[in-house]
Amino acid sequence: MIIQIIVVIIVLSLLGFFIRNTVNNLEALGAEVGYGFLFNPSNYDINQHLIEYSSRSTHLRATMVGLINTGLVAVVGIVLATLIGFVAGVLRLSSNFLVNRLAYIFVEFTRNVPVLLWILLWHGVLIHSLPHPRQAITIYDVTFLANRGFYVPKPLLDPLFWLVAIAAVVAIIGAVIFSKYAKRKQELTGEQLPVIWINSALIVFVPLLVFWLTGTPATLEMPVFEGFNFKGGIVLSPEFIALTLALAVYTGAFIAEIVRAGILSVSHGQTEAAYALGVKPSWTMRLVILPQALRVVVPPMISQYLNLTKNSSLAIAVGYMDVVATIGGISLNQTGRALECMSIVLLIYLCLSLSISAFMNFYNKRISLVER
Amino acid sequence: MAELNKQDYEPGTHVDLAPPVSQVGITGWMRKNLFSTPTNVVLTILTIYFLYKVIPPVLNWAFIDAVFSDLDHRNECREIAGGACWAVVRARLEQFIYGFYPEHLRWRVNLTFVLMFVALLPLLYDNVPKRKYLLWFSLIYPFFAFFMLWGGLGLEDVESAKMGGFMLTVLIGMTGIVVSLPLGIALSLGRHSSAPIIKVLSVWYIEFFRGVPLITLLFVASTLLNYFMPPGTHFDLLLRVIIMVILFAAAYIAEVIRGGLAAIPKGQFEAADALGLSYAKSMRLIILPQALKISIPGIVNTFIGLYKDTTLVVIVGLLDPLGISRATLADSSWQGLSTELYIFIALGFFISCFAMSRYSLYLERKLDTGHRVK
Repeated sequence: MIIQIIVVIIVLSLLGFFIRNTVNNLEALGAEVGYGFLFNPSNYDINQHLIEYSSRSTHLRATMVGLINTGLVAVVGIVLATLIGFVAGVLRLSSNFLVNRLAYIFVEFTRNVPVLLWILLWHGVLIHSLPHPRQAITIYDVTFLANRGFYVPKPLLDPLFWLVAIAAVVAIIGAVIFSKYAKRKQELTGEQLPVIWINSALIVFVPLLVFWLTGTPATLEMPVFEGFNFKGGIVLSPEFIALTLALAVYTGAFIAEIVRAGILSVSHGQTEAAYALGVKPSWTMRLVILPQALRVVVPPMISQYLNLTKNSSLAIAVGYMDVVATIGGISLNQTGRALECMSIVLLIYLCLSLSISAFMNFYNKRISLVER
Repeated sequence: MAELNKQDYEPGTHVDLAPPVSQVGITGWMRKNLFSTPTNVVLTILTIYFLYKVIPPVLNWAFIDAVFSDLDHRNECREIAGGACWAVVRARLEQFIYGFYPEHLRWRVNLTFVLMFVALLPLLYDNVPKRKYLLWFSLIYPFFAFFMLWGGLGLEDVESAKMGGFMLTVLIGMTGIVVSLPLGIALSLGRHSSAPIIKVLSVWYIEFFRGVPLITLLFVASTLLNYFMPPGTHFDLLLRVIIMVILFAAAYIAEVIRGGLAAIPKGQFEAADALGLSYAKSMRLIILPQALKISIPGIVNTFIGLYKDTTLVVIVGLLDPLGISRATLADSSWQGLSTELYIFIALGFFISCFAMSRYSLYLERKLDTGHRVK
């Protein structure tokens, strides 16, 4: 009890000390704390903006653009990292000597070098070794790779396209209903339906059919070389590519180790028991090994996803305009409001992390085996 | 047929035959490890093709077609060969190691670095001769290193802005590791304790520092910390950065040790209480030795992460190896040689981080006494 009181007194006096200093310092500077500046024009450009933005937009808008850019890197990075991680993790356990050594070297080299270095290395390689747009590397004149970015066709959607989208949603709902029906039927009668084939057909062909019936309501806008650069299409900047690939590969190496540990954590007796019961190998993997491995794999994997998202703040090193580079970088330098800008950045990341860790606690509680 | 069955030796006298060629030696090994199934045959061929495509060009770039000599300009490299221009690393090697530490004082850095291993040895291995006395040295080493690097007590002062390169990395990393461990232990005990206020404060601290990226904390250190201090205080940037790194790492270590504490059966706590041990004694003698043992791999991983994260200080303007490489690339005579520089730095980090992770594996094996606490 006494210790608690002492701790409280120490913490409070420290806080008081900091707050009093801050107030004094701000008074000396003649500055007031306030978030009104967020609604002033930002006066700077952002090269990649997925929502409407110009230098006349507000700082708040700039923050939103930065947040969306962060989200884009995070989502693409997480998908790629999961793919890389699973492939590398499984290859690491391969009985093939060459393959598992190669996977081992990949994982160790990637993990033991700082991620910032990877980002800069990728960026440097993209900028220096790719050709000028004039001699861009091209695949069938559809996509172009040059040192200014990666140019891909942009789908232009007609108003009728929403019918196709609805058809896709309906097809997916239908597929879910059908697989539930098939499962019930199997449990009742033991008869198995070709679920995978029917569902794939449903999901692929129904939207295609609607797409054809409505008269192909979407066209592709091709990137075309004009003057000094490409016009039209979507351009992925070298900064975005370098950042996303570096984060995906780096996090992928960590996920590979997690996947490997997860698969190894399921004792071999489980496989043997399943075989003894006459379960075929593919089912053993799906029904016996994976559910047990996932219990070990998922929690650390989510924290790796969180790490990737937090590491995306290194965007500032290559000049990609994420949330730290916009509100915590240029806005801060232009307005001089360090306290307000940094508090916004910290708050955004804190909300993100806390909500993910809350989800993780919920998940852990749900999947943990009930003991005692 | 009868001819074949005829034995021309007495039972039990036949010389041992060598095992079939296909099962032993290189052939056997290849059959087992490379060509055991059709899938493996395909994988092996694909891998060999991949290696054939990748390794020769890389070797050619990095060694055969590369320039290692002592030159002053990238164009001189290009005149000799088209591959890597390692001359840039050679030209800036001293900066990469010492930063801008005054040349006549570099013996102090060297001495501190060598003695670091002397101080680390008794901590890392417990069968070192005279370990007891060496441990005393380890205890005073941090203070010794501080005076050696910064000066004072009759030694010439060196500004922290002059420190850079790998020396800065080791300095920030080592200070972070040494200070954040006790802080992390204290925080994890706080989170584990039954005193509500201490628990809540620890949880807030840990969740805050784990929730935000280190780079934003470094920005806070470089832009905001002056606000929090009494007017007129001058606070060294390096010191601010080191403090932030310590606070950040401590939260992660606390979380790792919390896992260790959670793995200890309740009976251990109850037994300690039943023996009448005070809180401090039961923690020091019973709980922490077990909890720390379980958490060692996690702690070492946190240290590796901390060591790698020291590269972020380049973003607030410190001259770590990346900062030096940035300055080098801004020099017109070495422009565009980023790949060479980054590979050099990457190798430096790889060696130290890989060594740390190997050490962690060694420790895990040594501490594994056969029974796991479940």
